[in-house]
Amino acid sequence: MSRCNRRSSFPLFVTLLTLIFLYAPLIVVGIASFNKSKYGGKWAGFSWIWYEKLFQSERVWEALANTLIIALFATVISTILGTLAALALYRMKSKFKGVYNALVYTPLVVPDILMGISLLLLFVMIIKTFGAWFTSLTGIPFELGMTTIIIAHVTFCMSYVAMVVLGRLQEFDKSLIEAAQDLGASGLYTFFHVTLPVIMPGVIAGALFAFTLSIDDFVITFFVKGAGDTTLPIFIQSSIKHGRELPMLNALSVIFLILTFILVFITQILLTNKPKEKK
Amino acid sequence: MEILRFENITKRYGQNTVVDNVSLSINEGEVFSLLGPSGCGKTTLLRICGGFEPPDAGRVILDGVDITDLPANQRPVRTVFQNYALFPHMSIYDNVAFGLKATGVNKQDIPEMVAKYLDLVQLTGFEDRKPAQLSGGQRQRVAIARALVTKPKVLLLDEPLAALDLKLRQRMLIELDTIHDDVGITFIFVTHDQQEAMSISDNIAVLRAGKIEQIGTPPQLYEAPKTSFVAAFIGDTNFFEGRVSSVDGDYCDLQIEDFPSLRLYNDKKVHVGRKVHVSIRPEKFSISLNKPEMTNANTNLLQGVVEEAIYLGAHTRYWVRVQDWRVSVIKQHSGYALDERSIKWKDQVWLKFEADNAYMLDSYTEDDEELLALPDL
Amino acid sequence: MKLRKLSNFFLGLPSFVWLVVFYAIPIILVLIIAFKPVDSYGGLAEGWTLDTIKNLKNPSYPDIIWRTFWQGVVATLVCIVIAVPVSYQLCRLTAKWKNLFLLLIIVPFWTNFLIRIFAWKIFLQSNGIFHRLLEWCGILEPTTNLLYNEWAVLTVMIYTYIPFAVLPIYAVAEKFDFSLLDAAKDLGASSFYAFRTVYLPGISKGIATAVMVVLIPAFGAYLIPSLVGGPTSELLGDKIAQSVFTNRNLPHASALSALLMLAVFLPMVAIYWIKKVQDAKAKLKNDGKGAIR
Repeated sequence: MSRCNRRSSFPLFVTLLTLIFLYAPLIVVGIASFNKSKYGGKWAGFSWIWYEKLFQSERVWEALANTLIIALFATVISTILGTLAALALYRMKSKFKGVYNALVYTPLVVPDILMGISLLLLFVMIIKTFGAWFTSLTGIPFELGMTTIIIAHVTFCMSYVAMVVLGRLQEFDKSLIEAAQDLGASGLYTFFHVTLPVIMPGVIAGALFAFTLSIDDFVITFFVKGAGDTTLPIFIQSSIKHGRELPMLNALSVIFLILTFILVFITQILLTNKPKEKK
Repeated sequence: MEILRFENITKRYGQNTVVDNVSLSINEGEVFSLLGPSGCGKTTLLRICGGFEPPDAGRVILDGVDITDLPANQRPVRTVFQNYALFPHMSIYDNVAFGLKATGVNKQDIPEMVAKYLDLVQLTGFEDRKPAQLSGGQRQRVAIARALVTKPKVLLLDEPLAALDLKLRQRMLIELDTIHDDVGITFIFVTHDQQEAMSISDNIAVLRAGKIEQIGTPPQLYEAPKTSFVAAFIGDTNFFEGRVSSVDGDYCDLQIEDFPSLRLYNDKKVHVGRKVHVSIRPEKFSISLNKPEMTNANTNLLQGVVEEAIYLGAHTRYWVRVQDWRVSVIKQHSGYALDERSIKWKDQVWLKFEADNAYMLDSYTEDDEELLALPDL
Repeated sequence: MKLRKLSNFFLGLPSFVWLVVFYAIPIILVLIIAFKPVDSYGGLAEGWTLDTIKNLKNPSYPDIIWRTFWQGVVATLVCIVIAVPVSYQLCRLTAKWKNLFLLLIIVPFWTNFLIRIFAWKIFLQSNGIFHRLLEWCGILEPTTNLLYNEWAVLTVMIYTYIPFAVLPIYAVAEKFDFSLLDAAKDLGASSFYAFRTVYLPGISKGIATAVMVVLIPAFGAYLIPSLVGGPTSELLGDKIAQSVFTNRNLPHASALSALLMLAVFLPMVAIYWIKKVQDAKAKLKNDGKGAIR
């Protein structure tokens, strides 16, 4: 309890420096977003103008709508698939588990550019092989677009959901399932009344994770998108690349930062809010 | 009278046989304990009964019905889990009502039944709390109410007191006994604590390494242990090894190496020259500074020196050196201990015990000596 | 029990099929297409060829591969060196401060990747605050550009990956028994000695995870060099994107990706293998202990 053992202040020093390193650029952007001047650098007075411009930009709204549609679909599908995968992994004991485990976990570490190009190749192959046939059959053009983006997003989100849910499951007390069965509950009743409610915070956290990842993704989307598709990250990238509308991006960054803060806060509460043991 | 029967149950995990051809019969309404050290197979036996593990061989018969192949949720038995396994996301009310809802009991009847059983475990008023807001003892009682409310034929309790501290354990033990008296159904109680088992059970099965060592009432196990394991695991004892040198009616004399000859009740009717092992409980000796008066020919008198004395309030434990043996002795303080001249270290003492108070063992294993409480001298 | 296996099968099936079709097969496809000839539109022609592999002897590639490698390794090392004391500090803070610091570290981790890169672009730009601060200090010539070189790429890489390194190390450090450090000091060890011989081995698993989650994305980095790097600081990722979008040569991109895949999976397999050997050793030790008991 006592502080007689003086600890080195070096780690604290590094931590504070790291936080400065992490936030200095963000703060500069935050300040710049209120700068009237179009060309950064000099302070030309406080203004909301870039926020106004941002809200008036049709391209931003369109990109936002696309981003949200993709994120919504990707989140729902990947949360269902990822949760099922976690449940299967949790219960599986066979030798096949190793293969399945690798299949679920390696996407977490594969660089996104690899996932992007491999999916692009797959889609190109599929379109080349079945595209004409599909179009002649249904009349719908079969090409890169929102569908391929959603598929790609589901693929990389699923592993994250599975990871988060599995983490929750591993803390899950197996005797709860036995207790439910002991009390006469069937397998399905046990799942819906015991297992699912207990892992629900994990599922929600996983879904939030997936949602954020989907909104965040640029690289994979860039590879599998069709010619006209814009999402927010695509819009930001092209703006940076071509040096257009940079002050508007400042404002957008600040909004993103605030939303992230709220989202992280909720996730943290969900993940750490386990019932406290009372002695 | 019989409610539950295990017939030749065997369970293996890989190479490891955890339950080895166990047969048991349990009577309706009794508290039956499965007692043994960890790894003896008692919990596995309970899990087989609950339907959480299938046996590799053998049958489980409940009330005349073979339930071996029934899944856990279709057996009329309930378990109180070691960690209670209360559903953390449900209130106490919902926890207790769970089994009723899950099995489709008429919804109108549920509140009344829940209230009744919460009252039984004295938790009325706790309906809306979450398990995390209860103390260990309260959680324990919720687990019991949750199991009992579904009116099982048998209640299985897996080390239900292990997670509680000593005082609470003793209180819960009395409460369990009261609850058992109230509901009158069969309790099967798994424990490694011989005192718990002794104080609550009608019958106890002592298990070791997947096999039953002995089944009996608590006094039977204590006074007439069949094996050195039972003698040493339940209470404390002294083992002596010797040869019968003479038989005199119901009694015999035992020749022990480097020890005075002992006169014993010959309950096993052994013949002269046979090697036997006997168990003599520490409290069967009476210890005194002065030579006691001989009462009859069947009283043994031994002379020794106190090597260690531990005062424990209600009684004192002594280890007395008699020739080459060290004898464990317990002296109850029925009088006011301060008035007496206490027996101390290095005192010359007399030990007395009646021939009827020793018990011959059917089998003896030297390793069981390790279970005895011996001081490092 | 059979029913259980069956239900497991159906639980696992959808995700399994999805991952095989949209993850495993595409990865294998990359390897296959590297051996396909290219047609005049950048698509795939019939037949098989080794030309693509031979064409990788492009004179600029050794430089690019070397740069990708050293930047990845340096970024990883710097991140670990920063993350170890930071995670230590996080564990030693009181709950209130710990949660705040943790939140502050997680927020950049969750903030849009592009926005973090964009922030650096604004931060380092020639008429920006930081640039003028350095000019004012006399460290920098007004004409020097802080952006569009390999140092900018490295800095932004470290910046974006630090939370990736801190979080896994912190997760392990949180479970570390800090009284062990007191015990070490009690036995006469200096703070640093105790840190090196007790704390570091204690969090080695977290460090291994951190290395993996930083090194692998660093090897595949594409956005960072393409936005804050210049023509002289290209990485493998840029080249892959270029062959897809600029040169329209999918087999070439595949061959480069296969190279990247090798660079990614080799450390992954190595770390997995090291962990397995360590676990086996630990198990052997434990079994020995069990036998004694």
